[in-house]
Amino acid sequence: MNRRVRLSLFAVAAAGLSAVLVIGMRGLPAFGDYHGVYGRVINGIGVTARHATDLVTALNFDIRAFDTLGEEFILFGSVLGIALILRELRGEHERLEPHEADEHTFAGASEALQVFGLALVAILLAVGAYIVVHGQLTPGGGFQGGVILATGPLAVFLAGRYLRMRAIAPHSIVELGDAAGAAGYVLVGIGGLVFTGVFLKNFLPFGIPGHLLSAGQMDIASVAVGVEVAGAFLVAWSEFLDQAIVVRARQD
Amino acid sequence: MSFLPFAVAAWLFVVGLYGIVSTRNLVCAILSLTVVQSATYVLLLGVGYRTGGQAPIFADIPQVSTAVDPTVQVMVLTDIVIEATVTGLLLALAVQAHKRFGSLDPNELRAVRD
Amino acid sequence: MHIAALPMAVPMLVAPLLVVVRRWSPRIVVDLLATATGVAVVTLCVILVVRSAHHPFAYWMGGWRPGHLVTIGIALDVDPLGAGLAAFAAVLVTAALLYSWRYFEAAGGLYQALMLVFLAAMAGFSLTGDIFDLAVFFELMGAVAYALTAHRNEERGPIQGAINFAISNSIGAYAIFVGIALLYARTGALNMAQIGHALDGHQADPLVLVAMTLLFIGFLTKAAAVPVHFWLADAHAVAPTPVCVLFSGVMVELGLYAVARLYWTIFAGPLGPHAHTLQAILIAFGTVTALWGGIMCFTQRHVKRLLAFSTVSHMGMFLCGVGLLSAGGLGAVATYVVGHGFTKAGLFMLVGVLLHRFGTVDEFDLHGRGRGMRLVGVLFAVGGLLLAAMPGLSTFFGKSLLDGAALEGDYPWLPAVFVFSSVATGGAVLRVGGRVFCGWGATEREDVPEQEHAASEEEDEETESRSHTPPLMVIVPAVLLVAAVVGGLIPGAVPAVEKAAAHLGDHAAYVHWVLRSGPPHYAAVESKHVEDYDYVYAAGAVLGAVAIAALTLFGPPLRRRVPEPLIAAALRALGGLRRLHSGHIGDYIAWWTAGAAVFGGASLVLLR
Repeated sequence: MNRRVRLSLFAVAAAGLSAVLVIGMRGLPAFGDYHGVYGRVINGIGVTARHATDLVTALNFDIRAFDTLGEEFILFGSVLGIALILRELRGEHERLEPHEADEHTFAGASEALQVFGLALVAILLAVGAYIVVHGQLTPGGGFQGGVILATGPLAVFLAGRYLRMRAIAPHSIVELGDAAGAAGYVLVGIGGLVFTGVFLKNFLPFGIPGHLLSAGQMDIASVAVGVEVAGAFLVAWSEFLDQAIVVRARQD
Repeated sequence: MSFLPFAVAAWLFVVGLYGIVSTRNLVCAILSLTVVQSATYVLLLGVGYRTGGQAPIFADIPQVSTAVDPTVQVMVLTDIVIEATVTGLLLALAVQAHKRFGSLDPNELRAVRD
Repeated sequence: MHIAALPMAVPMLVAPLLVVVRRWSPRIVVDLLATATGVAVVTLCVILVVRSAHHPFAYWMGGWRPGHLVTIGIALDVDPLGAGLAAFAAVLVTAALLYSWRYFEAAGGLYQALMLVFLAAMAGFSLTGDIFDLAVFFELMGAVAYALTAHRNEERGPIQGAINFAISNSIGAYAIFVGIALLYARTGALNMAQIGHALDGHQADPLVLVAMTLLFIGFLTKAAAVPVHFWLADAHAVAPTPVCVLFSGVMVELGLYAVARLYWTIFAGPLGPHAHTLQAILIAFGTVTALWGGIMCFTQRHVKRLLAFSTVSHMGMFLCGVGLLSAGGLGAVATYVVGHGFTKAGLFMLVGVLLHRFGTVDEFDLHGRGRGMRLVGVLFAVGGLLLAAMPGLSTFFGKSLLDGAALEGDYPWLPAVFVFSSVATGGAVLRVGGRVFCGWGATEREDVPEQEHAASEEEDEETESRSHTPPLMVIVPAVLLVAAVVGGLIPGAVPAVEKAAAHLGDHAAYVHWVLRSGPPHYAAVESKHVEDYDYVYAAGAVLGAVAIAALTLFGPPLRRRVPEPLIAAALRALGGLRRLHSGHIGDYIAWWTAGAAVFGGASLVLLR
């Protein structure tokens, strides 16, 4: 179809679809006036039942933990997919140009930026770990903290030293982290199956709400997811950066 | 006025579709896909909002306070992870498309058709 | 009961293991681990089928049982149909992995790991009782499928096919999320039984109708209904053959399963009085799909695309069956899906044998080259007869049940559509078989000059052609095709499937055993018998398939008898239809929007 036909078809179709959407949404409860039973129940019992104060995490890693398992594996599978799609081809030969790649400082990357970037690594790792571990208490959790953890090694790259980043976060290690996190979460679920007879049921003791390690399996699940997310994002970023920076020439 | 968030969601959905249909660049199509996805975030969060409600984090507010619906937040969290990863996959495909086809224009992608 | 989560947990545990282990173990270890996991999942699912046959049960994750009909946890609703589908998926994945031992020399551990995650996703999708969980597993299936489609990343076709696949199916998924949001807003629940219970007894107002539209069109995108089907041929043409086996064999059918389950658990209550109109809408979409798919199938020369369009055509038939909104229709579709799945899997694997040996999937390039491969040729012909639903084969039982359900539902013209689909798809496969394995017919296509040389891009999945086909690559499809042939004859097999499917349609019983854990009281299901007219239809279909195959192979001289303007008009129409499949993602999404608008508009206007 040529462009004009396509856009005309779409214009008519979009008008229809918009009308359908708006008519359907008119049946929604007024904005701000929602009293659905699911949310009310969780808000009511969440803290006492799960000894956690962040109910979003309580839902994520305990009450609806099976969804999170699926979600985690979407991340795992997609990142494997990225590695698969961007993998070295038969006949392509990875030729690192050490001189250029290591000195890959973009124009204007001053010494100050490099120092600041390297200092940032420690801060990012600490903040990431904090957020992962405190997921059940305050906003955060495995996913959010895991992304921050992943940006630690990335800061090394941003400070201008790509090969150094590959040295501290080599492919095999981050892949191992990704896989270990994914398997770890499944093992938490199986732990529930073994010790309590139900998959993903909490089998660890509870503590006092508001303290660290108070929420049973949520803490471990959060850490597993944090490790997995960090590993996954680093795998993905390394793959993309390899495409851009590492010279890959076809062996002719 | 209270319909505005839902109208915005509907708009985002359709405008994202328009982006995919009309663009001449694959990366723009992929980002339009994220616009469509963000319609679902706005809708979900708009549905779960309660006027005067706090975040469902009871660390420093009493348990009996009104809080917004936490379930929609979990759904949006899941959706965000899904979107990030699928976008990553698609961008990897775009990188390869550029390498193989020499262009990111959907009109130039002619290897598979009838 | 305790094992209900294991069909998902086991492959999800082994996949990361494979990712780690692949770097330092030989290929055979990875293959063995993956295949063994597949076998384990088959076993687990079969146990679940048997356990749930008398008393289906809900397995509440994390032990979060419902109270006062309010659920907060996620349930797996294990009933024979869902568990059976999961088992079926596992069988096909195991077969594909086994086939890949020899076929797929380039597979590193990533491929097997992704296949296991795909299996986990399909099992989770079939077993879950929570609508958001359904969407999550839908996305998991999708993400892994997009990656697997692009496996041959050094060629252009797979990249484009994967992009079209990914964008189309993601839009479908987002429509599903909007539908879920609407239902959640109305009912405050994510458990399908609870949503259904909450909507029971109320009229279907616009919100429910729009939610239904979005959910259905989203899942129908996966199920490749026209006009949201364009991605399927592109993806099948370029994905590795074992992956195509899974796409056509079970993944696409799962989209339709979701439509059926959502209708019967959630929408059957509010839409009950309007069932006839909804039937008409669904059957309209199904009929167009069956006809469109059949025409496109028969006019392909790229054999994998041909099989892809035959899947589209069959999905149209299945959509008509589900659209009949009756227990009989469901039973028919379930039976037919199993037969079709084994058939399509076997056929794809045989095409893989040809690709492996000769390096091409173009029908004319393969002309006569299969002459030495007699067993493969015979199996191919069997596949064609299966698609045409020859009497006695399992697809015949499915088709006859479908005909019966159509007549019961007051759609006497539907069996004619089914015959058309069987003739077109079966005939196409028979024609290819004749051309490739017997050397019949012309060596070049003279009449359609602008036809591009198919498969010029996707040459081979390995670079050279070979002189020898590993026996495993023929044994696996042979087993699958034999299963498709004799499956319907196993005593009790078809009635069991009918019963399982009919129980899906019992809305009140479903709510009872999910939310109250009580024993369901099902109405008795009577097994249908094959009627005389079924044999007539089937014989007609088979003869028709053989006839058009023969006509296209031997008939070109007869063409001169047909008036030229007629041929020119037909070719012009055909060309127009084919040009719509342009490979351009913008076109596909424009059609998607149109499909959604039409479905939505029809629902809102007609279902009040």
